[in-house]
Amino acid sequence: MAGSAGSRSSGMWNRWSGALFVAPYLAVFVLMLAIPLVIGIRLSMTRGDLFGIKEFVGLDNFSRLLRDPVFLQTAWNTLHFVLLTVPAMTVIGLALALTLNNQTRWAAALRAVFFASTVLSVTVVTLVWRLVLIPEGGLAAVLAKVIGREPVAFLSEPALAMPSIAVTTIWWGIGLPMVLFLAALQQVPRDLYEAAALDNASRTRMLFSITLPSIRRTIVLVIMVGVILQFQLFGQPQLMTGGGPNNSTRPIVLFIYETGWKQWQLGYAAAASQVLFAMIAIVAMVQYWFSSRKDAT
Amino acid sequence: MNGVRLSGVSKRFGDMRVIEDLSLEIRSGEFVVFLGPSGCGKSTLLRMVAGLEAIDGGEIIVDGKRVDHLPPGARNVAMVFQQYALYPHMTVRENLSFGLRNARVPADEIDLRITAAAQSLEITGLLQRRPGGLSGGQRQRVAIARAIVKKPALFLFDEPLSNLDAALRARTRIELAQLHQQLGATMIFVTHDQVEAMTLAERIVVLNDGRIEQVGSPLEIYRRPATQFVAAFVGTPRINLVQVQVVASSGKAIARLPDGATICTGVSVAGLPAASSMTLGIRAEAVRIGDPAAGGLRGTARVVERLGDRTLVHVALAEGTLLTAEDHGDSPVQTGQQVGLRVDGNAAHLFAADGTAYHGETH
Repeated sequence: MAGSAGSRSSGMWNRWSGALFVAPYLAVFVLMLAIPLVIGIRLSMTRGDLFGIKEFVGLDNFSRLLRDPVFLQTAWNTLHFVLLTVPAMTVIGLALALTLNNQTRWAAALRAVFFASTVLSVTVVTLVWRLVLIPEGGLAAVLAKVIGREPVAFLSEPALAMPSIAVTTIWWGIGLPMVLFLAALQQVPRDLYEAAALDNASRTRMLFSITLPSIRRTIVLVIMVGVILQFQLFGQPQLMTGGGPNNSTRPIVLFIYETGWKQWQLGYAAAASQVLFAMIAIVAMVQYWFSSRKDAT
Repeated sequence: MNGVRLSGVSKRFGDMRVIEDLSLEIRSGEFVVFLGPSGCGKSTLLRMVAGLEAIDGGEIIVDGKRVDHLPPGARNVAMVFQQYALYPHMTVRENLSFGLRNARVPADEIDLRITAAAQSLEITGLLQRRPGGLSGGQRQRVAIARAIVKKPALFLFDEPLSNLDAALRARTRIELAQLHQQLGATMIFVTHDQVEAMTLAERIVVLNDGRIEQVGSPLEIYRRPATQFVAAFVGTPRINLVQVQVVASSGKAIARLPDGATICTGVSVAGLPAASSMTLGIRAEAVRIGDPAAGGLRGTARVVERLGDRTLVHVALAEGTLLTAEDHGDSPVQTGQQVGLRVDGNAAHLFAADGTAYHGETH
């Protein structure tokens, strides 16, 4: 009897000691994420400004968003930007990792060089790339003149502005996918490659039959992290183009910022935030589904 | 020549010499085991034959063709790795067919070979499963099947049994021996486990520090070890090694132990080195427990190991030398008891300071 009572109380203690360990994180999560999320959802169903909530409007803000050409343009711009950057970063990051996955001094130095840009702030990165892209004396303009071409106004040409921001972002962010892929490549057992060599596999065959399937989870992770990060594009267009020319580089977050903090339509901005949140949540769910699949090893 | 020939092969890692000027011939259809302690170069040598390590000198000939400059896939060899190295994202069938598809073997031929190998290794039911869902023993079978389907001129095994539990290891050992009989293929098997070597090999190559110590049949290796290293490495319990003074008597060497007792060996003095100080080697089964009153060697039983079929008695002689002796399964000897030792001097070996062995004629 005493034994069973003892084991019951120790079971209780185990349960509560576990809860105690997660309590600090849980408190931060509830205070900093869950409550603001609920407030945000509530705010998105109201008409409000800096001085408070004026009235409850239900889903009006959302239906207004769907009819707002500027918002639809920013949603498309964001998607366009994600399509321009994420596949390129994944492929280039993987190519760099495959090339630099060896023990030579050159490889170590180049790994550091390619990762270095990641530590720069968005202000520095956009400044550097403005200096490259401006048609008056920028590096690209100088190079164009050398080969006898007219300088191109990359940031004021609607068709070129977003690709220019994409190139800037790829240069800035290529370090993270590269190190993730390097870490994954180093986890692939060497004897798999040796078995494949004995199985007469060419280098291309090894890449497609051994390497890529072995790092499949990391590929998915890199794509998902990339999508989630790039959906939140903000600093680069704000500093490089201000969202122009003609709204062609205005992303959702810039729209939220301007609607909320320049036009003081907090309810409307909150609704746009919820749309962005839903888009990111869907991607995160896909990633969760993929990584928790049984055969995803 | 079919089979395998290594001529003067050597390998260095930086300044470290791993294999030095090693030559060896393996007959077609022979099962050869490379045996040696960790770090002796046996796995490196196997990987050199496979083409997974480049050689720094010499030549390797497999099935009559020089292969040391060829990539692993072109050497007509198959290897079973220690960790099996099965492709985790492929099914068992895909694992087996991968090498054949790379070699552009026709699809129906691939199916035939897989079916035959799967039947002989009893893995037909596993063909659609992935390695992650298989037990260690099943993975082992798949790895062997992957080697068989390639129909190579030479099979290489790199300690393939070391990850199995004792019972499964014993069973797989027997199955490997049967497989060798069925296929009649040339096989090289690397291990540090002398039981595996003794039970599987037609010939054992004992390696130490990148050199061949001895090549011979299991019984030769056991009964006529070429060096003190081989004598000490092969055999359980470890051979008794005692520093002795050697004196001659009617053509045979007599070994005088530190406590003054003598053992008449079967070793002829004719070929012995001039130095009288040598090491006597004698296995436990040649040192039997006897009556302490019968004269001869005497000592105190320090540890008694009862193994069921026999008993090992570790006996301390008067001046402290420890000898392992053998007695029958239900030996009455107790720890601390005075025992006599009957030594079969004909089974004794003498080792010179450089490790060279001298044996009696009958052993």
